[in-house]
Amino acid sequence: METLTFEEAFAQLEAAVAALQDGQMPLEQALHHYEEGMKLAQYCNDLLQKAELRVQQLRVNDEGVPVVMPFEAE
Amino acid sequence: MLFLDAPSVLSVSQLSRYLKELLETNDTLQDVWVQGEISGSRIYPSGHCYFTLKDAEAQLHCVFFKYARLRSAAPELRDGMAIAANGRISLYERDGKLQMYVDSIEPLGDGVLFLRFEQLKARLAAEGLFEIERKRPLPTFPLVIGIVTSPQAAALRDMLRVLRTRYPLVQVILSPTLVQGAEAPAAIANALDLLNEYGEVDVIIVGRGGGSIEELWAFNEEVVARAIARSRIPVISGVGHETDFTIADFVADHRASTPTAAATAAVPDISEWLADVRTHRQALTVLMEDLLVGLADELARTERDLQRQNPQYQLDRLHQQLDDTTALLQTRLQHILSLRGERLHGVALQLHSLSPLLTIARGYAVVRRDIDAVVVTSTQQVQAGDAITIQVTDGHIHASVQ
Repeated sequence: METLTFEEAFAQLEAAVAALQDGQMPLEQALHHYEEGMKLAQYCNDLLQKAELRVQQLRVNDEGVPVVMPFEAE
Repeated sequence: MLFLDAPSVLSVSQLSRYLKELLETNDTLQDVWVQGEISGSRIYPSGHCYFTLKDAEAQLHCVFFKYARLRSAAPELRDGMAIAANGRISLYERDGKLQMYVDSIEPLGDGVLFLRFEQLKARLAAEGLFEIERKRPLPTFPLVIGIVTSPQAAALRDMLRVLRTRYPLVQVILSPTLVQGAEAPAAIANALDLLNEYGEVDVIIVGRGGGSIEELWAFNEEVVARAIARSRIPVISGVGHETDFTIADFVADHRASTPTAAATAAVPDISEWLADVRTHRQALTVLMEDLLVGLADELARTERDLQRQNPQYQLDRLHQQLDDTTALLQTRLQHILSLRGERLHGVALQLHSLSPLLTIARGYAVVRRDIDAVVVTSTQQVQAGDAITIQVTDGHIHASVQ
């Protein structure tokens, strides 16, 4: 889950809710959707709450290729 | 005098109204840019400003009303200043004067800038660079935002502040550039190209904060317009203030009025998404609870059904029935026995009351002949010499008849 983007995690969260809403499934499967959904909600929440804007700067290196480096001029 | 009777003779007012209508129904004259030099400008206590716009061969009366001046944040007007005025042409009937009602004013350094702007705009528009169909949608959840601006500018700080507040998940890659001066246009175009070459960018903001028209001019240059047009990544323009329009704005996929507005347009608002996540989380819990309650009900029902089929349950029931019956039997028996006991007692009492012993106790005696133990109740039954027994309360007295 740690590799999911917010958009992906949110889409999966929506899918979990939709699956539970459907309701026609064995308990084990429902529990799976529930646990997965709760984890995704927490993950989305954490992503949003703990996110810190990363600012980098584009430079052209000696080979003439654009590369990113930290931006400190703030 | 013939004319006076003709219906085609108009009063001055009628003619004025007719001319006014002619002017005010002409689309070109109702939104027109006119450039010239200001002369005779004066501001009345009402706040309205009057001046004449002129060039070598003609002049035009202009009115710049207070509300228009304030709304367009117009610069202070000085005589001799070269400007381009935007507004509508109409007739001031009272003085029979054709005049321009000015909406906004752009100072022109040399007047050439404005002309170049209009020419380039017309050329690029003809090429189709401003077409709606060319505009690409902005990503809903950008991961990386490229910003083309000056690293030192307040505009960059403003944009970063907005991004940090609204959507700190995003990664910002600054492609630094000059934003004013002779080298700025090429530098801006290069910074845009560089982000495209780097590639891993979802949307680009190109912009700078407010300034004079000369300071913003780089964003009216063709090289910048071309760089925006060829960008494979969607571009948001945010140049100057609300009222500033640049060529870059027309070419960009999305025109924002300021750098701050550009940053706002680039990302979703975190607080809305937090609320959505919360709603989904609640939905999950409610749904799961419903599901569990439903299952628990079903389980309880099944358990009851099973219980009814259980032989132990049957046996228990029979045992209980047996116990109940036994208890009932005992109660009944007890009842019968106690009834019997009472009756016996009654009979005994009765028997007792009839007992001759009671009579004896009162002083009577029972006399029996010894010979046959017959109770003597008459003198006829005995003769002298017969042995008799007299029964009294505490024993017998043996005697002979005399």
